[in-house]
Amino acid sequence: MVLDSKLPEGPIAEKWEKHKFNVKLVNPSNKRKYDIIVVGTGLAGASAAASLAELGYNVKAFTFHDSPRRAHSIAAQGGINAAKNYQNDGDSVYRLFYDTVKGGDYRSREANVYRLAQVSVNIIDQCVAQGVPFAREYGGLLANRSFGGAQVSRTFYARGQTGQQLLLGAYSALSRQVAYGKVKLYTRSEMLDLVTVDGQARGIITRNLLTGEIEQHAAHAVVLATGGYGNVFFLSTNAMYCNATAAWRAHKKGAYFANPCFTQIHPTCIPVSGDYQSKLTLMSESLRNDGRVWVPATKETAERLRKGEINVNDIAEADRDYFLERKYPAFGNLVPRDVASRNAKLMCDEGKGVGSTGLAVYLDFADVIKRTSAEAVSQKYGNLFDMYAKITGENPYERPMRIYPAVHYTMGGLWVDYNLQTTVKGLYATGECNFSDHGANRLGASALMQGLADGYFVIPYTIGDYLASTPPKPVTTEDPAFAEATAAVQARVQQMMSINGTRTPDDFHKKLGNLMWEYCGMSRNAEGLRYAKKEIQQLKKEFWSDLKLAGTELEMNQALEKAGRVADFIELGELMVDDALDRNESCGGHFREEYQTPEGEALRNDDDYAYVAAWEYVGENQPEKLNKEELTFENVKLTQRSYK
Amino acid sequence: MAGSNPNAKPMNLTLKVWRQKNRISEGGIVDYKVKDISPDMSFLEMLDVLNEDLLRQGQEPVAFDHDCREGICGSCNLFINGRAHGPEQGTTTCQLHMRKFSDGDTITIEPWRASAFPLNKDLSVDRSAFDRIIQAGGYVSINTGGTPDANEIPIPKNIADRAFEAATCIGCGACVAACKNASAMLFVSAKVSQLALLPQGHVERKTRVENMVAQMDKEGFGACTNIGSCAAECPVGISLENIATLNQEFLSAKATSNNLA
Repeated sequence: MVLDSKLPEGPIAEKWEKHKFNVKLVNPSNKRKYDIIVVGTGLAGASAAASLAELGYNVKAFTFHDSPRRAHSIAAQGGINAAKNYQNDGDSVYRLFYDTVKGGDYRSREANVYRLAQVSVNIIDQCVAQGVPFAREYGGLLANRSFGGAQVSRTFYARGQTGQQLLLGAYSALSRQVAYGKVKLYTRSEMLDLVTVDGQARGIITRNLLTGEIEQHAAHAVVLATGGYGNVFFLSTNAMYCNATAAWRAHKKGAYFANPCFTQIHPTCIPVSGDYQSKLTLMSESLRNDGRVWVPATKETAERLRKGEINVNDIAEADRDYFLERKYPAFGNLVPRDVASRNAKLMCDEGKGVGSTGLAVYLDFADVIKRTSAEAVSQKYGNLFDMYAKITGENPYERPMRIYPAVHYTMGGLWVDYNLQTTVKGLYATGECNFSDHGANRLGASALMQGLADGYFVIPYTIGDYLASTPPKPVTTEDPAFAEATAAVQARVQQMMSINGTRTPDDFHKKLGNLMWEYCGMSRNAEGLRYAKKEIQQLKKEFWSDLKLAGTELEMNQALEKAGRVADFIELGELMVDDALDRNESCGGHFREEYQTPEGEALRNDDDYAYVAAWEYVGENQPEKLNKEELTFENVKLTQRSYK
Repeated sequence: MAGSNPNAKPMNLTLKVWRQKNRISEGGIVDYKVKDISPDMSFLEMLDVLNEDLLRQGQEPVAFDHDCREGICGSCNLFINGRAHGPEQGTTTCQLHMRKFSDGDTITIEPWRASAFPLNKDLSVDRSAFDRIIQAGGYVSINTGGTPDANEIPIPKNIADRAFEAATCIGCGACVAACKNASAMLFVSAKVSQLALLPQGHVERKTRVENMVAQMDKEGFGACTNIGSCAAECPVGISLENIATLNQEFLSAKATSNNLA
């Protein structure tokens, strides 16, 4: 299959406008004859479900949570970018586009990113109209702050809880449509398979997480807004329930999976404290606006510090190495995430790490507290400081925070064309679930932007193009494809229940996570990846022969839920390794040790790897087939990324 | 690997956990022992340890709701030693750490108890009543697109900040669990206040408060008797003032509307 990204013709600034004119429309009175399934109710899903229902379509929205408001978008802290240029500091749609393509290390599609920058301004208008209480200046206008990878202030925020406020806005719009009867909401329902009829997405199979019942749902189109797959690593900043099952099931039904090895490691997370650790907590990147990152200048000082022989606040200025400021004077502490993370790891590898494990660097607020006041700092970051204190038992107003990189976001995802349609007709993917806009590295405050752009302003236009060419006949679950998919899902559930081995789902998940972090994490090499692949294949065998569960499948059974997700993580983990092994270059979040500049920066290979790797599932236990979408850059000049 | 406090010793604890197979079966307290609990663990990580042990022994793990473990999604909801979210002020269950307990402690863990929050299993309850209250009016009725420029309506910073404070409610239900009447007034008032404060919410101000309160009553939440346990136990510090705002909004809506039912 040749990948057709369906990019519109014409100059980049006119593509979206032209495309909106060229797409087919469904006339208003026909819209109510179409049913659309939206899976996931985070920013991308809730905004899509609400907007599609407002247009007149019948929407069925699914979440495995007890309420749409629990989706992990809620945990995003720092903010949302938009090219409003309210600060008069030289921002523009073009600059946001440029920064995003560059920040993504030139592995994203220009046209998609440009559209994202264009609609970013509408998102802010939309959210404010909903009553989202963004931070404001004393004059009553909206406030902005700056974020990593940008030299303008374009980030809108609501203290450290921007994701929460945006999600509650989308949730309110969704709730309104539920009240109108245009959205039927299915909570505690987990999608376990996609149903295709004649190559077109026609519905999903779900499991009711309270009763264990397997249910069938039909529609004219299916939108997956099911988030990312960071939990492949076991430890990540994702919520405990974040999983890849819906996307992975769709992948096995024909949707290509793009750039799975592009995972983002966030530089400012609270370090691991013990083996019992269940997840990691992010400290918003916005902290790097005022916090200074450092380690002791020498290994010896670091060692004495770790042993408790000296106190962090007693280390003289001259004995500290503010390594980001030293190496990247232009961007300093605000270099993009991948650069900041790699440098933190480098310092720890050199033995200069701090904390009892030596796997942490300092993020210090002493300067800004001296320059302004503890109160001013609390105004800006109060809730983040409180959270840090609760988790670590330390007071960040008095001693620097300890931070270490952690898996945070996955740029890879289901391959989609310009319309956000996957390689399965009628199946769309939005938000983190797709691969489209962030290339090999996502800039801070751009995830919220993309989720809402896709849901509010892209999918409502593009899905009509598909539906207009689909007859408005009612769809039902009568096609044998539904019975087949249901039987397969039931068989899989029963198989897991009947293994009766000795190891828990978490046990397998931790093992997988260790392998992925060690060999497919912040830096990778061919030898390690080959080793990891073998180990993962072995782990898969062990999973299907030694899994231990309890209870039955016909009741609330959280261990069973977890087992199904882990089984999919294992398969996806192997594909991530394959992808990382195929990409013989370093770019963005993908750092292959064999490919670096003499200064240790990522060394891209644009001649051979300026493509999207779209993997095609061909059968159980068979190597996936690589399809390439070549990326062409007509507007942005490919350069070695430099933040010096 | 020790965390922030290398001197802290592992703890052995007795847990008294509410177990109930489903909504209609009878439930009861079951005792469990957990050993070598690190003070740096979160409360839910301690329960993870218990659940892993149970599963390895072929017993059903304790069902409980949780997700982000960062104190923001509002999923976790345990009643610990007689208090919603446990002993630490302004903290969700997931952000409660074991350093707040001592070696040898007995900890009682129960679900939220309110008839409007029927039980699913063990410690998990159904809080969809909250969703239905929001569906009754917790929004501004605008469609996607066609909205004015975001800076068109300046909003004084103090008003925006107050609206934000009200909007930070995480919908966990601790207010209901803490209240002797199982009243949902704090939850409802937070949303009503947020939208009443902002100019965007003014158009539907009256119908919103009437409809949300009507739904709240319909769900079977109790009446407010101004004790203030809700605000005292709220993990994100939603202020009792919001309830005053709700009462004021409700009265003025009723006084001027035709709907005097």
